[in-house]
Amino acid sequence: MNALLVSALWGVVMMFGGILIKQTAVVRYLAIAGVAILLGLNLAEMQGWQLIAIDTTGMLQFDTYALLLNSILLAAVLCYLLLSGSAMEKIGANLADYLALLFFVSSGMMMVSAFESLLILFLGIEIITIPLYILTGSDKKNLKSNEASLKYFLLGAFSSGILLMGITLVYGARGSFALSGVADSIRLSISLMIAGMLLLLIAMAFKVSAAPFHFWTPDVYDGAPTVFTSFMATVVKVAVFAAMVRLFDRSFALQQNAWQWWVAVIAGLTLFIGNITAVFQQSVKRMLAYSSIAQAGFMLLAVYAMNTTAKEGLLLYAASYSLATIGIFAVLTRMKDYSFEAFNGLAGRYPWVAASLAIFFLSLAGIPLTGGFLAKFYMIKAALGLSIGLALFALLMAVVSVYYYFRVIQAMYFKPVAQPDALAFDKSFTGLLLLVALLVVMLGLFPEWLIACLYF
Amino acid sequence: MIALLIFLIPLLGGIISFVAGAGKKAAHTVFVLSTGALLALTLLGMTSWDQPALQRFSAIWLSSLGSSFSLALLPLGKVLCLLTAIVYFLLALYMTNKVVDRPAAFYGWLLLAQAGMMGVFLAMDALLFYFFWELALIPMYFLCSIWGGPRRIAVTFKFFVYTFLGSVLLLAGLIYLQSLTPEKSFALDAILKLKLTTAQQSWLLWLVLPAFAIKLPLFPFHTWQPDTYEEAPTPVTAVLSAVMVKMGILGLLRWLLPFFPIAAYQWGDVIMGLAVGGIVYASLIAWRQDDLKRLVAYSSIAHIGLMGAAAFAANTLAIQGLCFQLFAHGINILGMWLLVDLIERNLGTRKISELGGLAQHSPTLTLFMIIIALANIALPLTNGFVGELLMFTGLLATKSNYYWVLAAVAGLGIILSAVYTLGMIRSVFYGERNAVTGKPVLVSVPEQLVLFVIVLLVLFFGLFPQPLLDMTKEYAEQLFSQVDISYLFRKF
Repeated sequence: MNALLVSALWGVVMMFGGILIKQTAVVRYLAIAGVAILLGLNLAEMQGWQLIAIDTTGMLQFDTYALLLNSILLAAVLCYLLLSGSAMEKIGANLADYLALLFFVSSGMMMVSAFESLLILFLGIEIITIPLYILTGSDKKNLKSNEASLKYFLLGAFSSGILLMGITLVYGARGSFALSGVADSIRLSISLMIAGMLLLLIAMAFKVSAAPFHFWTPDVYDGAPTVFTSFMATVVKVAVFAAMVRLFDRSFALQQNAWQWWVAVIAGLTLFIGNITAVFQQSVKRMLAYSSIAQAGFMLLAVYAMNTTAKEGLLLYAASYSLATIGIFAVLTRMKDYSFEAFNGLAGRYPWVAASLAIFFLSLAGIPLTGGFLAKFYMIKAALGLSIGLALFALLMAVVSVYYYFRVIQAMYFKPVAQPDALAFDKSFTGLLLLVALLVVMLGLFPEWLIACLYF
Repeated sequence: MIALLIFLIPLLGGIISFVAGAGKKAAHTVFVLSTGALLALTLLGMTSWDQPALQRFSAIWLSSLGSSFSLALLPLGKVLCLLTAIVYFLLALYMTNKVVDRPAAFYGWLLLAQAGMMGVFLAMDALLFYFFWELALIPMYFLCSIWGGPRRIAVTFKFFVYTFLGSVLLLAGLIYLQSLTPEKSFALDAILKLKLTTAQQSWLLWLVLPAFAIKLPLFPFHTWQPDTYEEAPTPVTAVLSAVMVKMGILGLLRWLLPFFPIAAYQWGDVIMGLAVGGIVYASLIAWRQDDLKRLVAYSSIAHIGLMGAAAFAANTLAIQGLCFQLFAHGINILGMWLLVDLIERNLGTRKISELGGLAQHSPTLTLFMIIIALANIALPLTNGFVGELLMFTGLLATKSNYYWVLAAVAGLGIILSAVYTLGMIRSVFYGERNAVTGKPVLVSVPEQLVLFVIVLLVLFFGLFPQPLLDMTKEYAEQLFSQVDISYLFRKF
């Protein structure tokens, strides 16, 4: 609850800060301080300390899982602001407003990670997406950015409609918006319930860009300013995933037979389309967009399996995937162009940046000793007990993903550079990037430090 | 404790080399010191520090996943650790005064690869085994891709994807096995206690086998190997073929055969058939090669084929021979690679058609080459003979209906190996000299020393194989006698 309240308030603070403070660096530091405070408050709440006790009449419940997830998300946002915050200044004059919108998105994420009522889910999802429509189009003079924003808005609004329709049908079947506690009434109209549930599944698949509802993703991620793509593809996506898991775990546990196979089909399709299409991309940014679809396919295995391993694994996945992708995007925002060739010979000129990038890509590909490996390991382990075929398919797709992730490593380490031009990697950025890379490795070596927070 | 040190020394050496090896000499010094210390320690571990308490190490790690950091220096691992330590130390001596681009990274990666391989030989936990399996692969990827020949990037990537594909299937198999154990543990002992049905064994065998078959490589999983061996820098090729392929054999012997004995017997004919077929296939291709490196690469596939067949022959003789041959093959192939490297460094080519008459100018080189080549053909009095004879006998004693076909085809392979090896020696070392071979091949003192040690090892173990055989005697006898399949029989 702490972080939810303060993030909404801090958003307002940022808006006024933009009027009062003229130096962009100060505005940025204000935002970083805000996220740090949010993270602190959230960690304090994990120890049982609350700012004010608010009675939400059972519509929100901040349990350990939600709080831990929020901590991971906020830590990722902190890394994101520290690494890419300065790149935001280049997009337009309204830095404070962008940051304010980011805080609103954060408050939406806190809501969807802890909702107990379908209404809060809808509210949270809308609070997340509406600022993102604006951020996607924030590069006002760029036609691609405008197109992406419009596309995102139309398809987002459409999927929100489906979401609302699903909620309505479920309400009709249950007579309540609450996730749990109305299990008795389920027998009343099972067909209404199933229809609503499938609409919810489709809407959530839209929001996490799972195939075959992924078509907006590459265009939007490619068109949006790279800084915001980084935010959308990582933290936001993970938060919506957590919402999906919470929804199907709490609300539809009894109907697992009805949705499980649909999720399996969606997961398989997402893995296939994401990985295969990523192979053919010529721009690293677009490749990362498809890679985010592919990674969503892996995270869908958690929804499919829906057991303890899956839920623990999702936390690990959230942390390692977000950190690695944020790190890659942070470097990408500082590159001159986004082609694979732009990375040629990077290892010779900026060895530490290249080493960090290599760790991030190895983690995304799921090579051992990185967080990405253990995250995938958890997913496979969770799914293997239910469907060996799907788990093997996911593993084969992980092998395909090696192709496009390693293209960047090959460019950095093995290919000579044509004309070296100076890139903006200063010492503090490099140090921070290395620190994030180290975190990814630590997650791969000692994941229990993270998982144990769930139980102690 | 000693098991942990065997893993830690190369790991620390690798890190030190990356950090401190800025100068050309510094990195090489670190490499020599690290490999030397490891060799000394491994020898101590074989002899005076032979107590079980010293040879096991266990620590808590990833316990919520059912894994642990447990290492042990067991007989099979002992042979392989000794081989790795010797090969690396000889390589370190051989590399004295050699110019390497970016030496800190080169030696650093080599040492990290050694740490990974030592880990594979020591791991007593399936997940840990998988970690080390990959830890050995990543350094090789960088070594081959940065320091290799002109086609290095594509070729190494093929190697990486092949191996990674095998690895993920192996991982799936291991996770499945873990989920079957009552205590949800990845420990080797826990998996060994599993009572798998015949059907389970069968499909799990095919899930796990590709990882090891690709690493070996067994026909038809071999297509990455000649390209990679050709393109990789020769010291790396030596490590790949002398040590790294042995990871596959260890995988078969420790992580496959004891788990799925029934399936191994059921599919034994097929796998042994592929393996011995691969011997003839690779030998015939080796015969037609014009490139020395490719010739040795294909000859390696042929030798590995026999080892793969022996692993599935499932009797004490074959396993005993295999354990011996693991060591002997490593030493011999290292010698072959170093000689090829010497020729290429001095004469600038490794095309057999461009070479000739080397014996006239370079008698030392010729002498070394002939002894090592004879060991490669498994002539009596060399170490190659002991291992291949035992494996051959084992193959004849296998409980397959087609044992005589297998033995005959494998025998044909041995004859062919004499054909291409002697053919190569004739055209490279004898005959007329030409413009390319006008100048002698200079063998420096450290190189002579290394080759001398190799020849010494070849002859010593050819004449006195007993110490090495004793080391694995008990292991070979127990490997199949311990397997309990009585639960599969119907109770009357």
